[in-house]
Order: sequence, then C-alpha cells, then structure tokens
Amino acid sequence: MTQDLGSTIDRIVSEHPGTGRDSLIPILQEAQHELGYLPREAVVLIGRKLRLPVSKIFGVATFYNQFRFEPVGRFHVQVCRGTACHVKGSLKVLERTKRELGIESGRTTRDGLFSLEIVACMGACALAPVISINGEVHGRVSPDDAARLILDCRQTAETREA
Amino acid sequence: MPGLLDQKCCDGCWHSSGRTCPEVVECIKSGPLCHENAGCSDRRAAAAAEFLRGDVEKPVVFVGTGTCGLGAGAGRTIEAVRAWIAGRSEPVSVVEVGCVGACYLEPIMDVQLPGRPRLSFSQVTGENAPAILDAVFAGEVPAGNLIGQYEPASKTPWNGAGLLSEHPFFAGQTRWVLRNCGLIDPSSLDEYLAHGGYRAYARMLRSMTPSEVCEQMERSGLRGRGGGGFPTGRKWRLALESPSDQKYMICNADEGDPGAFMDRAVIEGDPHRVIEGIAIAAYAIGATQAYFYIRAEYPLAIERLREAIRQARERGLIGRNILDSGTDLEIKIKMGAGAFVCGEETALMNSIEGRRGMPRPRPPYPAVSGLFGKPSAINNVETLANVPDIMWNGAEWFSSLGTQGSKGTKVFALSGKVVRTGLVEVAMGTPLERIVMQIGGGIPDGKAFKAVQIGGPSGGCIPARHLDLEVDYESLKKFGAMMGSGGLVVMDEDNCMVDVARFFMDFIQRESCGKCIPCREGTRRMLEILDAITTGRRDEKNRQALERFKGVVYLEQLGSIIRKTSLCGLGQTAPNPVLSTIRWFRDEYEAHVYDRKCPAGQCKSLLVFSIDPEKCVGCGLCAKACPSGAILGTRKSPHHIVPERCIGCGGCREVCPVGAVSAE
Repeated sequence: MTQDLGSTIDRIVSEHPGTGRDSLIPILQEAQHELGYLPREAVVLIGRKLRLPVSKIFGVATFYNQFRFEPVGRFHVQVCRGTACHVKGSLKVLERTKRELGIESGRTTRDGLFSLEIVACMGACALAPVISINGEVHGRVSPDDAARLILDCRQTAETREA
Repeated sequence: MPGLLDQKCCDGCWHSSGRTCPEVVECIKSGPLCHENAGCSDRRAAAAAEFLRGDVEKPVVFVGTGTCGLGAGAGRTIEAVRAWIAGRSEPVSVVEVGCVGACYLEPIMDVQLPGRPRLSFSQVTGENAPAILDAVFAGEVPAGNLIGQYEPASKTPWNGAGLLSEHPFFAGQTRWVLRNCGLIDPSSLDEYLAHGGYRAYARMLRSMTPSEVCEQMERSGLRGRGGGGFPTGRKWRLALESPSDQKYMICNADEGDPGAFMDRAVIEGDPHRVIEGIAIAAYAIGATQAYFYIRAEYPLAIERLREAIRQARERGLIGRNILDSGTDLEIKIKMGAGAFVCGEETALMNSIEGRRGMPRPRPPYPAVSGLFGKPSAINNVETLANVPDIMWNGAEWFSSLGTQGSKGTKVFALSGKVVRTGLVEVAMGTPLERIVMQIGGGIPDGKAFKAVQIGGPSGGCIPARHLDLEVDYESLKKFGAMMGSGGLVVMDEDNCMVDVARFFMDFIQRESCGKCIPCREGTRRMLEILDAITTGRRDEKNRQALERFKGVVYLEQLGSIIRKTSLCGLGQTAPNPVLSTIRWFRDEYEAHVYDRKCPAGQCKSLLVFSIDPEKCVGCGLCAKACPSGAILGTRKSPHHIVPERCIGCGGCREVCPVGAVSAE
C-alpha cells in the first residue's frame, strides 16, 4: 500500500514539471482524485517533494472545502444547500438523508458504503432541491426521493456483491 | 468533414495549415478579404452554412446536456434517442448542446429535419422520446411537449407550432451573452466560427493597438458582472499602463454565489465565447499568460473549457504568434477548491499561487501588483462573454442598451418559488416585475409573492411592493441590495425572511476566511443573535423578549460597523441580507421576538404541532413517522402530540392523510 501510495504521488508530482508553490493545490486535487481523500502519508510525501513543511500544506488543505482527510464511501452523497435549494426545502432533504444514513455530514458510514457532504451550490438552482450521488445530479428531490435514491444504491451494492 | 479553417475558397487564397492567413477567421463570415471574387464569397458562405445549420442535409436531434439538463434526466433521453436512431435505416445525427436557459422545461430535445425549421420539445424523458421522434419524422407536431419552432427563415414552417421567440419565457429577453447557448454544439470550434466567433479577435489583432481596445471598452460602459460593477475598460487601462515584463489576465469562473449559475451555463454552452473574451482582454492589457480559475464543483464546464482551449490552440487561435500578429497567449486552467472568499480578486490570486485564499489590503491594486507580484486584471465569465460582441459591433452598439450608469444586458439566474426557473437575459433597467411575473410566469400554486433575493450573500431582498424597480447597479444599491453576480431567488408567503437572513449569515460565517476580526467575529455574533430570535423559548418573560429585541437593534449597529471596517468585499457586504430584511420585514422580526411565532411557519423550534381530534382517524401513520416518539394514541382513536418530546420536524404533518396535524 505504502509502495503504491509513493509511486502514485511520484507520478502526480512529476506531471507538474518545474514544480513550485503554485502547483500545490493542483497536486493535492489530483492526489485526492486518485486516492479518494488525502491520507496523512500522502501529504507528508508531497511536502517532501515540494520542499514545503507539512504544516503549511495542511494549512492550505484545511482552508478549502474540497479537501477531505477521511475516505469517502462507495456512494458519495452531496446535498446542495444553496439559496434556491434552501428556499425549496433542502433542509428537510438533508435531515432525511442524515436519518437514512445515520451519519452527520462530512462523515462516512461504518460499512464504508455511504459518505455525506454538504455543498454550497451545484449550479443547478432551477431544479432545486438538488442532490448528487457519485457526481450524478438529481433534481427536484423530495425527502422521500432522497430515501429512495439511497435505497437504490443499497440494492445496487447488494446485487453486485451477490 | 474538413474544418472551416482548413478550407480555401480558391487558389488565390494563400491560407494553408502550415501558413496561416491572418484574415482567415474574418473571411469565414465576411467572404474573402484578400481578393475580391464573388464566387469565393459564395463558397465561403456555403462552407459556413453547413455549420450554421440554417438547413440540414440529414435530420439532427439536439439534446440539452448541461449540468441542469443532466440533472433533469437528459442522460436517459439521449440513450433513448440513440436507441431509436439505431433502429432506423436513414442516418440521423445527435448533437449534445448546452442549456438554452429554460431550465424548468428540461430535459429539452430539438429536432431539425431537412427543409424544415428546428422544433423544440420540453420534458423529453427516456420514455416519451421515441414517440415524439416518431411523430416528428412522420411530419406531425406532437403538441403536448412542444415549446415552439425556431425562426423559419425561408423553410417550410411547421403548422400548429408557435415561434420559440414568441414563447413567454423568451419573448421579453434580449439574448446577447446567451445567444449561442443551447443552440450550437459547444464542442465544435467550427460552429462557433460559423456564428461569427473569433472574428472580433482576429480583426483586433490586425488593426488595433491595446490602448485602442481599452478605449473602446471604456466607451462601451461595460461594468464587471461579477459583483462590484467596476468599469471593465478602466480596469484594463490600469493594467495596461503598469509597465512590466510579465502580466496576467485572469478569468474568475469560481461562481461561488449560491443561487447563480450563469457562468456555468455560458461555459458549458458556449466555451469559445469566453476564450475569445479572455484573449481580447489579454491583448488589451499586454498579458501573454491567462488563467481560468474555475470551480471544481463544475466538472462538465471544466471538461468543455479544456476541450475548447485545446481546439483553439491546435488551430493557432491561441499559442505563439497568433494569426501572424506577433502576439502570444497561453491559457491555463486552475481548479478552485471550494472557498467562497476566492471570488475576491486578491484572495483568488493567493489561491492560484498555492496559498490559502485570503484577501490582502488594497492598494496596491492587482493592476499594479497582482498575481506573482505582477500587474494583473481579473474579470468574471459573463463580463468576458460580453467582450467579443462589443469589439465587433462597437461601443455605441453596446451602450445604446441599458440605463444611464449600467449598459448592455444582464443575465439573471431565476430560481426559487417561480413558475419558470432558468437563465433570463434582459436589458439593464428592465423592471423586476417583468422578470419575475412575465418572463418567470409568477408564483406557482396560487401563493402570495413576498420578496426577491438578489445578489446572493452580498445582496439583499426586494419586497413585493417595490417590484416596479428597474434593475441596474445603482437602483439596487438604493434598495439595500446589490447586483452581485445576478442570482434572483423568488420567495413566497411560505418563506420566512428571518430564516433567509439566518441562512445567509450561516453561509458567510462558515465562508469567512477569518483574517480580519469584523468579518470573523462580527458575522458570528450576528448569527448568534439570529439563532436566538429563531429559537423557541417556552418560558420566556416579557422583559426577556425586550432584551432579545435589543438584539435586533444591535444587529443594525453591528452590521454597519462590519460594513465599514472589513478588509474585503466579502465582509463589507456580509451584513446586507440581514440589514435589508430588517428594513423591509421588521414585522416578521417582531413576531419572532415578541409573539415567539414564525408567521411563515419555517422556524421549526417556534412551531407547536397539534393534532385535531375531530379530524384524526387514528391511522397511526404520524406515530410511525415521528422520529422522537412524541405521538401517542391507539389505533382508530385520535392521537395526540406530547409537546415536550416534539422536535418540530413536521414529519407527522407530511404523512397525515387527512390533514389533521397543524402547526403554529
């Protein structure tokens, strides 16, 4: 695993030739894209490559909402909490989703199946309220729809395992 | 099919892939500039016509697959269309386009048959797509899903189909920025060229100095569409006049304002327009390096932009020695990482440099010392999308539309409690009423209209009684709101204005970068006060209510101090949503404080739920839905709610089949 991690980080950093400080965020983004989150070891490795203190990198990474330090679930649920969604009742959708999954936002279920995240706006305001599961956007979602989508994911997971 | 830039009109044309003629881009639209020959003009026009799709040789099906379209199910629509085509013998092509702006009608599918105008259909799902296609190919117009037909020009119009431009959603609009969105294939450089793309850029490179470009922009009166409304020409002039070996042009595509999505739609639907805009801007300020700072939350927009930049570079429209003019331009994409404060130009530049996106005091202004300490100019997507047309049609053309201080058009993202949600582009100075009531179609479900929230977390609310307001930068400021990026969220009687203020304060408080104290601590304190107002207190005495009302007065003071003392625009505008709701909806604040009631029934903890024993049939659904076990009762006899256990989620009201649960 550590071997893999090392080579992944090596590759990502080498794709940014003449690496300077301004490549830090793209490198973190690519690392998160490949690994699903930013494990501590990855941040340490990136720091070594860029000759930046790890504390500085965490300082940057924790500032931005995009970066996660915990693995995401197989189904990453994002609930939009933009203005239009709020006005159209996304709080109820969020509460129902939390209840169905049994987790708070920013967390992953213990079986690793679901993770939940609140996003500020997905830019599909005309279809509010909106949730997205693994990047697929669902519009005009009622709390019941959210529950059904989650059930669908559970069933998909089961049939694949069976 | 060869691209437009590969084609020669005759041997007199010396354009080739190895040696680019600087006039080739203008030639496509205006005919040969180098040698006057009528036949060549016709040949050029014929080549372009193929990409203009005024008429088509074989049937074409267009499906709107912007993020909004896909969210409405366009993915399944396109699968169904492909399956339908696979079962036919004649060739039919499928084109994925961006969003035409009528998001409420999505998924949208257009069909164009040879010799006929393009027909547009709404709510085309995987199920009904085959039936609609069957009918159109049989020469009929299925009325149920029809939106309308495009301008027929000289072709045979469809009977029984109204013009798209006369549809109530489109009739009141002036579409300049959105002109191509939803119409052209965003992944085709040739289609953009055929619609007149890059010709303003090409002509400018040949015939204008950077200073002349700045002058034209200054005369046009274009102001930044991202928030502050700073005159674009003046911004460019400042950057141009700062001497430096290296300058940077930046496009802010980090549309963080919740409720605004015009930038996403423009990039997804017409990416080359934005690239042309940034290329002109870069030339005007003397920059050879440009950046797109774009939200990571917009993966489709990033993909389309990346592809468009690749095409433009491949055809020599950006890169080294562009169209033989001696001008160089490199464009890079930087993905934002989710920080609202990065809409602030100095914060955005810090983020590009790989630091925390925190703003710094100005001066020095970015025009003097910006990205990497070099002179830089930042414009937002919509601003840059306006630039090519201004450069081609002239400053006077642009400034003929609009009001005294605000020229041109503005794209509004209309959402919330309104019948027709989507993107609306109107001339500056259009009354709010026309946008919400006429174009937007008013409030659904017969509810009463309460307010419009404009400008997101930097803006404010306009109450229903001031709906005749003519929107431009100045008039909005007078009403305590702001243009912001142009998000327009409509609210009806069911929305609580205190809750809306709380929502924005919660957002700002989370998104404040924390560098300066007024913004970091002040907004947190404002949120605490709003929390106190919207939280129920069952055993409160009158005097305590008075104390809490002092909180509202305190909000006003605090707000004006935060406004005056914050470092950047985020903090300076953060109190706006609160102050404007206090100004226009003071009675709602009073109801929350003194009566401990939320008139709109939104503030959960102020609501007391009860079951009407007369109406209750004892089905027990409410007890099953109650997450806190607050509902007691036996089957077939009236249930009741234990108030101490009730968490006010309202689940019981939603499931009750006879409407016996009420809240006040």
